[in-house]
Amino acid sequence: MSDEAPQGVRLEVRRLTKSYNGQPVLHGLDFAVERGEVFVIMGPSGSGKTVLLKHLIGLETPDEGDILIEGEPAGSPGVMERYRMAMVFQSGALLNSLNVGENVGLYLTEHRLKPPAEIARVVAEKLELLGLKGTEEKLPGELSGGMKKRVAIARALVIEPQLIFYDEPTSELDPLIAVTIGQEILRLNHRMRVTSIVVTHDRDLAFGIANRIALLHEGRILAIGTPDAVQADPNPLVQQFLKADFRFNPETSTP
Amino acid sequence: MFQNIGEIALLFGRTLKALPQTRRQFRKVLEQLFEIGNASLLMACVLSLFIGGVLALQTGPVMSERGLQSFIGQIVGLSLCRELAPVMMAVLIAGRVGSAMAAEIGSMKVYQELDALQTMNINPIHYLVLPRMLAISLGLPLLVIFAILVGWVGGALVCVFNAQIAVSFDGYMKSLGNGIDVLDVVNGLIKSFAFAVVIGTVSCHQGLATIGGPRGIGRSVTKAVVNSIVLILLLDYVLTRLLMHLDK
Ligand SMILES: Nc1ncnc2c1ncn2[C@@H]1O[C@H](COP(=O)(O)OP(=O)(O)OP(=O)(O)O)[C@@H](O)[C@H]1O
Ligand SMILES: [Mg+2]
Repeated sequence: MSDEAPQGVRLEVRRLTKSYNGQPVLHGLDFAVERGEVFVIMGPSGSGKTVLLKHLIGLETPDEGDILIEGEPAGSPGVMERYRMAMVFQSGALLNSLNVGENVGLYLTEHRLKPPAEIARVVAEKLELLGLKGTEEKLPGELSGGMKKRVAIARALVIEPQLIFYDEPTSELDPLIAVTIGQEILRLNHRMRVTSIVVTHDRDLAFGIANRIALLHEGRILAIGTPDAVQADPNPLVQQFLKADFRFNPETSTP
Repeated sequence: MFQNIGEIALLFGRTLKALPQTRRQFRKVLEQLFEIGNASLLMACVLSLFIGGVLALQTGPVMSERGLQSFIGQIVGLSLCRELAPVMMAVLIAGRVGSAMAAEIGSMKVYQELDALQTMNINPIHYLVLPRMLAISLGLPLLVIFAILVGWVGGALVCVFNAQIAVSFDGYMKSLGNGIDVLDVVNGLIKSFAFAVVIGTVSCHQGLATIGGPRGIGRSVTKAVVNSIVLILLLDYVLTRLLMHLDK
């Protein structure tokens, strides 16, 4: 199966600009993500990471600039049919009226890609992978935040995407499961050469899985490059974001 | 409300274009139909029994006094099938089913479920709007037939048991049978089908257009019900006028 599995796609963003009600959120972003790359976007809360992802998967239209998937504009007809994409929403965005199994299998059921028995098997397999074995019959309302997030990841994996977006995949998970998720992102990446774009605050996750990291700050890219390059970036804002920790240090707290 | 008419018409057009998808969504149509029945049958029964009854009560004594008893059945029957059953059932369904549609789709919008569908390349018109539209367009006319029958019985009961009217059951039924044509029932069914389309489109549109949080959902529900009822009453006049041509 892995031989004929779809290959990742290349994504290019050119001068992407977006404002909401005259309030600029993204200021002319320029970057490219190569096939099969794990690209991590970090940045403080409110810096525009989720807005950026929504543009990349076509939920929002840019004010200016282009998003190209394998050279084709992301919004153009047929792109969604030709390339399989998936997004793990920050909130999970599970369908509340469907149970876990139906949520995870939704893509296959609605597009009639497999017979029901086969769908049930795939769903069970993906749920087990995420440590959710036997939860098919539960409703999203009965799950914890972290479980919802994992169901959302299972739902995205079932699509076998060529391009996958994760919005804060580990934000509500305990460290053990966070590591599992990180490994799963990498495994998917190796097995099918998918292109993964991960938005996260989690520095361990970012430096653990990224081929390249971009640091977003107030709608601009502050630094972009390999983890080592970003780590070595002299920009004080970058260092501040990467080095912030909880240890109380009386010297820095006095002006 | 009226600035939305264009969008509502667009949604209706898109739903028509999605009609070939009906077979794939068949199970959801049945589910929706079941919900409509569940939400409205008992109410419809009570409502029409009393509407039929009050019609007989209002017209009966006056007509009996003037020796026109033999027309009571016809009056009650005609008013029910041409006017009251379609309009009252449409209002009932707008309140019970239209509101639920707007709330359900609205909360899916607010909680990003529609976004999730879109990223899975699932068209919300096929997945959500089409089954609801089909179910209501089928369900409302069926409900109206039921309401007409129950309403006739309500009228009959009052005629038989009210001393001022004192029309026998047979007499009432004969008047009903002589005075009412199949076309009169068809007339009411055409109306109710049109009302169903209005309720379905307006409510689904409001749901899809929901913005903001829980308060946005509340606003959508109110608008869906109020706009549906206003449109039903306006359309009722227009349709009554147009359908007069059917009589000759
Ligand atoms: N639909 C919208 N309408 C108006 N403003 C918006 C909208 N979506 C996002 N914004 C604004 O854009 C900015 C960036 O939001 P975004 O959700 O991308 O932040 P984020 O980087 O994902 O933060 P977090 O890490 O907290 O999730 C915020 O100031 C937000 O208020
Ligand atoms: Mg975010």
